[in-house]
Amino acid sequence: MQTIDAADLDYRTVNEALREAGSDFIIEGCCGQRFIAAGMSGKNLTINGIPGNALGAYLNNANITVNANAQDAVGDTMNEGKILIHGNIGDAAGYAMRGGKIYVKGNAGYRAGIHMKAYKEKIPVMIIGGCAGSFLGEYQAGGVIIVLGLHKDGRPIVGNFPCTGMHGGKMFLRGGCEDIRFPKQVTARCAAADELEEIREYLSEYCSDFGYPIDELLSEPFTVITPDSKTPYKQMYVAN
Amino acid sequence: MSIEFIYPEFEVIRNENRCISCRVCEQQCANEVHSYDEKHKIMRCDDSKCVNCQRCVSFCPARALKIVKSDCTLRENANWSAQTVKEIYKQANSGGVLLSSMGNPKPLPVYWDKILINASQVTNPSIDPLREPMETRVFLGKKPSKVQRTKDGALDCKLPPQLELSMPVMFSAMSYGSISYNAHKSLALAATELGILYNTGEGGLHEDFYCYGENTVVQVASGRFGVHADYLKAGAAIEIKIGQGAKPGIGGHLPGTKIVGDISRTRMIPEGSDAISPAPHHDIYSIEDLRQLVFSLKEATEYKKPVIVKVAAVHNIAAIASGIARSGADIIVIDGFRGGTGAAPTRIRDHVGIPIELALAAVDQRLRDEGIRGNVSLVAGGSIRSAADAVKAIALGADACYIATAALLALGCHLCHTCQSGKCNWGIATQRPELVKRLNPEAGSKRLINLMTAWKHEIKEFMGGMGINSIEALRGNRLMLRGIGLTEKELEILGISHAGE
Repeated sequence: MQTIDAADLDYRTVNEALREAGSDFIIEGCCGQRFIAAGMSGKNLTINGIPGNALGAYLNNANITVNANAQDAVGDTMNEGKILIHGNIGDAAGYAMRGGKIYVKGNAGYRAGIHMKAYKEKIPVMIIGGCAGSFLGEYQAGGVIIVLGLHKDGRPIVGNFPCTGMHGGKMFLRGGCEDIRFPKQVTARCAAADELEEIREYLSEYCSDFGYPIDELLSEPFTVITPDSKTPYKQMYVAN
Repeated sequence: MSIEFIYPEFEVIRNENRCISCRVCEQQCANEVHSYDEKHKIMRCDDSKCVNCQRCVSFCPARALKIVKSDCTLRENANWSAQTVKEIYKQANSGGVLLSSMGNPKPLPVYWDKILINASQVTNPSIDPLREPMETRVFLGKKPSKVQRTKDGALDCKLPPQLELSMPVMFSAMSYGSISYNAHKSLALAATELGILYNTGEGGLHEDFYCYGENTVVQVASGRFGVHADYLKAGAAIEIKIGQGAKPGIGGHLPGTKIVGDISRTRMIPEGSDAISPAPHHDIYSIEDLRQLVFSLKEATEYKKPVIVKVAAVHNIAAIASGIARSGADIIVIDGFRGGTGAAPTRIRDHVGIPIELALAAVDQRLRDEGIRGNVSLVAGGSIRSAADAVKAIALGADACYIATAALLALGCHLCHTCQSGKCNWGIATQRPELVKRLNPEAGSKRLINLMTAWKHEIKEFMGGMGINSIEALRGNRLMLRGIGLTEKELEILGISHAGE
């Protein structure tokens, strides 16, 4: 285990230190350095302090634990690995994520999980413990987005316009969600037992990461949202 | 017939005296225009399906076929052209947005054709490129603005990453999905042989083509299809696609019917699912955000690759380019409104954007005025049709050009403007295996190499004529250009004098 004291280092220097031999690192005193671990594989990284934008962008296969909040664009275009945030995250987390996991204890900003993808067994998973901002899962093309709405203190579990342009994957919101307006091209319904079984593995992992009892999570019903069509633009054009 | 009937645009003329009923035309046409009438032992055809791709004409062994524009006309009307009226009918029939392919075909000004090139006479004699060395190599990337020395006084030769091209022309972005495996392979083989670059477009890079990485630009667009660390590291440079000349300001949809097999795997989306590229990158709302994407890509590739930002030529392009030049990007691509596409809404293609000639001149001038021209290299695209266009682009300020339509023509494209159908009889804009195999990558790459070799000779002839023996000495050398039949304003924007001055 190597320790990097990031207090006086810029992001380039932090990443250069991470790229060096060794796989287990602790970054102390992190304060807004961007792009940490961008494109990296084979690393286990714990961050104390607050990392800057684009943490784990293009992450190839690494585990990152942040013991605080994180800023925008966490796991942008992430391919494999796991990012665990013991706090809140900013906007556009997991943009175009195509594999791996982002587990957040707190809330997420706007546009979480926008344009997430999937291919066969490669399924990205994002779990947000608190609430998500507007445009959750916009253009979602694959993968699983779960929002648990813990400690929401009366706030809505998602902001406005969730699932706009969604054409693949699944979204699970804990609770009834009767008062949330979804776009026309998706169906929201109460998740059946087999659908909950699909995400049970992820939820147990999340619960053991953050110390929640899984039975309590599953004591409320979940709403599952799926797109009606994976080709929403099919009838829109005429050849000219 | 009915109110929905639109008379076919083309007629297939078969010379019955020459036709030997060999049925080659029937086999060659994926649109199923031709058929054989067993009973009467003659060939029949359905003109309504013909797109005028000339495949049957080219392959008829008896030269019995020709395709002509139908002379069945609506009453002539200078305001309501037949095309406009038919478009109304199509939309009234279907309720659909008109969808077209390839570049803007409208009779708008082509400034290349109104610009003439200089040649030396008597003083500063011309150079014979057949006898004397002519340098067509260019290097794309940030250039230092002053000589730096290290602490011990030696020259600091460390440069930001540069792309070396044997000639100032590259193959522009066309995604695997919009064009076929064999078309991509043809481009990759030719780029490697020529010492230039081809561009993956936004559909990812097929695993078979990683070996051509040194001659590949990998693209990152708003859909981020096929983007991962190995892909970014595979290419010689990374291109962030913000916009495209054929459809500035809008995204793209590759229909689910084309997301099959390898395309699905390369893009990492399920088979049969639409591949939707949103109009904007949803993490870019400012130059600062663009800077963040540029540097996240540089971090992921350890600052070893130049980052290109591609934008469509639009109003205020000079200010936009100035922002990009300050974002940390190494190269800016400007794509003019005549650039091609595999599919774009007709109205967008034909009415949005500005000509590359004006955009390029404005950008080059603006970056010079602001003293940041060396921050970036400039690449011009959007209908560079010949070596003459390329030479004019360089004299207007480009470091290099991108070509795509010209490259597809070399591969057999006959500009039928129906790429979106996926039934390209020339094996280019299709994913149907029986059509894809019609394009032999070795033969295709040979034709691309021929085209580029010929252009290189022509570029050298132009250079020799101007008394210039290095292409970099032509860059932004607008004294070598004169306008013909242009207004004061047009000349001012182009930064050139009128012929005779």
